[in-house]
Amino acid sequence: MGLDFSFEVKEEVLIVRLSGELDHHEAEGLRDEWKEMLYHNSVKHVILNLEKVSFMDSSGLGVILGRYKEVLQLGGQMVVCSIPPSIKRLFEMSGMFKIIRLEENEEFALETLGVAS
Amino acid sequence: MKNEMHVEFASVSQNESFARVTVAAFVAQLDPTMEELTEIKTVVSEAVTNAIIHGYNNEPDHKVAISCKLDDEGEIELTIRDYGIGINDVEEARQPLYTSKPELERSGMGFTIIENFMDAVEVISKQGEGTTVYMRKQLTNSKTVYN
Repeated sequence: MGLDFSFEVKEEVLIVRLSGELDHHEAEGLRDEWKEMLYHNSVKHVILNLEKVSFMDSSGLGVILGRYKEVLQLGGQMVVCSIPPSIKRLFEMSGMFKIIRLEENEEFALETLGVAS
Repeated sequence: MKNEMHVEFASVSQNESFARVTVAAFVAQLDPTMEELTEIKTVVSEAVTNAIIHGYNNEPDHKVAISCKLDDEGEIELTIRDYGIGINDVEEARQPLYTSKPELERSGMGFTIIENFMDAVEVISKQGEGTTVYMRKQLTNSKTVYN
């Protein structure tokens, strides 16, 4: 099935939308493009929309944690939104919500970062 | 009904999705819940990824083997094996957040997730000979059918 991803920049926020299966095989391609987007746009924060992700394992958590560290370096925040129940469980088990805020959807997430959508 | 299957494939990352989908298709005959199916797919993905990245250092020309047995009462026995470098300290490797390859952005949560999603997990490893992960899981609905 594979993974599709798209990016959108709104003011200081990079929105990352993922769709499909995020495993070790897909993680590297995502990491490279995500890094590229972070460094070639004047963004500070990241909103990660997981609405259409049908599968994720710990390799996916690794990529997200890697970008979280970069966002911290930029002085920003990472917010995850529209998370499916199975992936929410994985995040809870791994303590991800201690460092990454959860919002219901993109619109709310943008509002909390001070961007009118 | 008792049933079993064995599959062996090359240690390339493309086969991570092949492995989890194959095991899920085999287990589907026990009529697991969606949640159980996701758990099984996730543990297969974790163990196969460990075999490829850690067991074989991402070298593509090795083999990963999976055996899956189902018993009359809805218990799944899953074995995932590599013939790679082995794990020096299994206890350490099973700790949450431990990773031997932080430079690869590993989260270190693989074994923790496996332990959470399965009822029993045993890891047998010998340096230079490889690692075998044995896992067992009792499906909930199958149990009530037979009670």
